[in-house]
Amino acid sequence: MKAVCWWGKTEVRVVDVPDPKILNPHDAIVRVTLTAICGSDLHLYDGYVPTMMRGDILGHEFMGEIVEVGAEVKNLSVGDRVIVPFPICCGRCWFCKEGLWSLCDNTNPNAWMNESLMGYATAGLYGYSHMYGGYAGGQAQYVRVPFADVNPLKIPDGLPDEKVLFLTDIFPTGYMAAENCDIKPGDVVAVWGCGPVGQFAIQSAWMLGAGRVIAIDRFPERLRLAQADGRTEVLDYAEIDDVYTQLRDLTGGRGPDRCIDAVGMEAHGTFIDAFMDRVKQAMKLQFDRAHVLRQALHCCRKGGTVSIPGVYAGFIDKIPVGTAFGKGLTLKMGQTHVQKYTRPLLARIERGEIDPSFVISHRVTLDDAPEMYRTFRDKEDHCTKVVMRPE
Amino acid sequence: MAEQVFSTAHKNVAEPERWVSVVAGAALAAYGLKMRSIPGLVIGAIGGALIHRGATGHCMVYESMGVTTAAEEDDGSNVSIPYGKGVRVEKSVTINAPQEQVYAFWRNFENLPRFMHNLESVEVHDSLRSHWVAKGPAGTTVDWEAEIINEIPHELIGWRSIDGSKVDNAGSVHFTPAADRGTEVKVILRYDPPAGVFGAAVSRILGEDPAVNVQEDLRRLKMLLETGEVATTEGQSAGRK
Repeated sequence: MKAVCWWGKTEVRVVDVPDPKILNPHDAIVRVTLTAICGSDLHLYDGYVPTMMRGDILGHEFMGEIVEVGAEVKNLSVGDRVIVPFPICCGRCWFCKEGLWSLCDNTNPNAWMNESLMGYATAGLYGYSHMYGGYAGGQAQYVRVPFADVNPLKIPDGLPDEKVLFLTDIFPTGYMAAENCDIKPGDVVAVWGCGPVGQFAIQSAWMLGAGRVIAIDRFPERLRLAQADGRTEVLDYAEIDDVYTQLRDLTGGRGPDRCIDAVGMEAHGTFIDAFMDRVKQAMKLQFDRAHVLRQALHCCRKGGTVSIPGVYAGFIDKIPVGTAFGKGLTLKMGQTHVQKYTRPLLARIERGEIDPSFVISHRVTLDDAPEMYRTFRDKEDHCTKVVMRPE
Repeated sequence: MAEQVFSTAHKNVAEPERWVSVVAGAALAAYGLKMRSIPGLVIGAIGGALIHRGATGHCMVYESMGVTTAAEEDDGSNVSIPYGKGVRVEKSVTINAPQEQVYAFWRNFENLPRFMHNLESVEVHDSLRSHWVAKGPAGTTVDWEAEIINEIPHELIGWRSIDGSKVDNAGSVHFTPAADRGTEVKVILRYDPPAGVFGAAVSRILGEDPAVNVQEDLRRLKMLLETGEVATTEGQSAGRK
């Protein structure tokens, strides 16, 4: 079969690899009908996530049709149409039962690697480094799905792939970011980053009762997309002197009640700290660039919440913990517990409250992956979201 | 400072172990020096230390750990490894399953190779005695007879190798209920590796750390009991040959 493989820093290749096989009794094999490149795949592409190996199959946003099930998978049949959440979860451990799915105890065969970095190991992920289990990803014609009895969600006929694909990651990720904000009616929510996760965070903030939503980015097409709902306000940080002053002025001197960093570890900034981050990251003195996180902590109102769906992988310097402490901020973060959100968010899609396909800018085939990774990374050609058909 | 150490040195390594030290030390030194790299130097240096230890009968590591193997002591206790000797490993895991179930699974020793990767097989003779076969270095196997010496149903199983075994070892596993989290399983293993405590340190450097092995074994036990399978990617597709 054809698969998109990581081949080293800034190189992906479409390679002919063996078809996946059932390896465990709760496995299933899915024939992929639609897959996407995620913003977090760009961290792999740029070489910022350790423990990648040449030849690893990429991709953690995918859906398709069940073509084979293991002996212990009783609730799915060949031919079922499913979306597959990006964290691989067992559904039986204490964490899964508590709804903390992405912290699953039992799905990372390389738990010791993850544990040596973080103290305790978290769930395996599709196509996201050996530290996260080394599972082959879904940017391929077929993919092996472990614990298929608990992870995939069956999709009713009549809903096109493009409307439901993002239930695998970015819609729940944006939604959990907004839910983590604990939004009270009338709250002002500021969202840094208008990429796909930011877009879903914005729409979810509205769903959860925000009074105002202010989106911050520098790409006109992304700001336009955020504004398209007719009520989200936008700030182009490349055009204004100071995000803090603008946000303060826009909120009667209070600051936004809830701040969402939907950018993560490859933040772009125009201040000296952003430049220093770039130098240190290039010299491998730190993994992550954190300009946005610092700004969000600074801008947030006293007693507010800073929610972090953007991915951070390692260590960062100069995080103003004193600011967070002094203002009594609440910080919430983490990999998304996708399985907790797939059903309720599918229901919102079925009711017509949202059509997630609004973020798609590019529709291509798997063969275009090498070019599309570059285009998406460089945000060329107004690229916000790439979906790929395997055929 | 170094002179002082040597002047107070006394024999704390037994005779057969001294010979093993010299031979293993020479092999390691030759191997290490051939590598012509920093790790090679380290391995070479360890080899040198082993030769010194064998020649003088004094081991600084044993001294720092308060261990001596020079005079065979027999305290007549119920374990095959007297206290203070050998390598001791203690690891725990919490399993989301009832105490009785976890205990019963372990009590059937023939289940152990399903999650202990270095164990090839266990054959149970009767309610107390069993025969264990483990993977040794470089494709070899080591086997021994074991007997249960202590047992409290649902709470504790203690075993030891029977006198005359090639690998002296003893262990116990403790099962404790953990409120709504299931069962805490604690394993304590004590064994006498062929080249003494120092041999264990060398095997650690060469990539076989018993503490890590036990931790990973317990992780597999948890996966097996909570989910019915052990997570794996062995045999999956990749773009590399």
